Amino acid sequence: MTDLTRLTIAEARTKLRAKEFTSAELTDAYLSAIDAANGELNAYVKVTPDKAREMAQASDAKLASGNGGDLEGIPLGIKDLFGTEGVHTQAASHILDGFEPRYESTVTANLWADGAVMLGKLNMDEFAMGSSNETSHYGPVKNPWRAEGSNLDLVPGGSSGGSASAVAAWLCAGATATDTGGSIRQPAAFTGTVGIKPTYGRCSRWGVVAFASSLDQAGPITRDVRDAAIMLKSMASVDAKDTTSVDIPVPDYEAAIGQSVKGMRIGIPKEYRVDGMPEEIEALWQKGIAWLKDAGAEIVDISLPHTKYALPAYYIVAPAEASSNLARYDGVRYGLRVPGKDIADMYEQTRAAGFGREVKRRIMIGTYVLSAGYYDAYYLQAQKVRTLIRQDFEKVFAAGIDTILTPATPSAAFGIADQDMAADPVKMYLNDIFTVTVNMAGLPGIAVPAGLDAKGLPLGLQLIGRPFDEETLFRTAHVIEQAAGRFEPAKWW
Amino acid sequence: MSVDLATVRRVAHLARIAVTDQEAERMTGELNAILGFVEQLGEVDVSGVEPMTSVTPMEMKKRTDAVTDGDKAEAIVANAPASDENFFLVPKVIE
Repeated sequence: MTDLTRLTIAEARTKLRAKEFTSAELTDAYLSAIDAANGELNAYVKVTPDKAREMAQASDAKLASGNGGDLEGIPLGIKDLFGTEGVHTQAASHILDGFEPRYESTVTANLWADGAVMLGKLNMDEFAMGSSNETSHYGPVKNPWRAEGSNLDLVPGGSSGGSASAVAAWLCAGATATDTGGSIRQPAAFTGTVGIKPTYGRCSRWGVVAFASSLDQAGPITRDVRDAAIMLKSMASVDAKDTTSVDIPVPDYEAAIGQSVKGMRIGIPKEYRVDGMPEEIEALWQKGIAWLKDAGAEIVDISLPHTKYALPAYYIVAPAEASSNLARYDGVRYGLRVPGKDIADMYEQTRAAGFGREVKRRIMIGTYVLSAGYYDAYYLQAQKVRTLIRQDFEKVFAAGIDTILTPATPSAAFGIADQDMAADPVKMYLNDIFTVTVNMAGLPGIAVPAGLDAKGLPLGLQLIGRPFDEETLFRTAHVIEQAAGRFEPAKWW
Repeated sequence: MSVDLATVRRVAHLARIAVTDQEAERMTGELNAILGFVEQLGEVDVSGVEPMTSVTPMEMKKRTDAVTDGDKAEAIVANAPASDENFFLVPKVIE
């Protein structure tokens, strides 16, 4: 029998319905693969084999009677940021030690309602703060990709590094992820996988551990564009429990796959050609332009003048919201408690021991920019710049641009414990330079693999769409995928 | 703008994070690097620009004013490090 873990969600779905194998068999294949690989890759922080087998059996019963859901029997990995009832949910942080919520996030509840099977919880940067998955309390995740002829371990990107690594290494059929500044799209680009951050308000944030509430959005990481469409359709919903959930019905995203891009107007923003960008990234971008032109799209040069201010504005807005959201971790209601000489000391000792370095850094920045006397200079200024960033996009969309094509990241995956990144937090932040504008404007963005660099490492392109026009992103990304082909790592683990 | 050691200590206290001398020293450098990076926002002309307060232009949804949830004190304290009869336990606050 062929290796079941190599099938895409769409392929497995067809074969499960045709009864070529059972969900129990597919689930066992994934559990064995995780067992063999996780010691090396560290993609999962918690595997739930009993729950997985139980869910697979229930799916097999439904499949046998012919009334399975859209994801019936498909084994998925869940980022540790999603609340899963009775199961490890710690945002990969020490401060949530032992936390097992008594509720289920809306996104995961939607997946289970459609028949998906949970394999376990995936590693991530602590509280989703990071671009390399090195800030996790559970240690770094390894990228299944290595440069040709090298044994150096590379990062899978972050914060959804466990999700990206697990999908690329065939340790789940697809994974949930979240994106606050690029945390779905950057790891997807680093691992040759597809990742979409939908429009703000498309997926409910209810039951997802909050980082920066006006930026956080859930989305899938998958092996191809069709799988991303299948998963997003299930994850997205209109949810009364999230006041920012938007009342627009969820379309059948899969129907967009295979539609032509003929006559579509694709914007190429000149501001994304940044200083010091490797030639390979520029070449990849040009290839993407050529593919879309060949497919009949019209290429239009555009300008998004406030692009360079998105990242600095993000590093005010996101830490400010985080400092407020993370105030709840006080050693009283859940997780870690470190005793102190009085209650205030208990808070301070608990938070000192429970939060890692990057999380503390961001809470400190957030607290500072919101503190008396600095609010206007920093926070208010950043929120005004954010309005200008959104207006940049509104203007080009109003001028008839359907989607915007950019590189997904300024480089390929870098080494674990990279000295330059460790020495300068700002250098790490620059990883999100092409993705963060999309969060600031609340728009949908998809990263799709488009080629390999000279060392044989995957590189991705990004498409940015109008609000709630994820269908155009799937349609266009599929054209790129058809032209570029798919990319898989050579198995070494 | 940049921060000095005393400011870092004050902010750490506001954020309820205990810091050692060595950590405060290190954070001063790191925070100044980040503040230096965000400084460039000052050059943007924002006169007449409204701050962004809602990501999606929509009216705030309101739930019906009715009790739809509750009676789950046990579930709420289930993850507490210390609890007693559905109360959270904390060190003595009042002398």
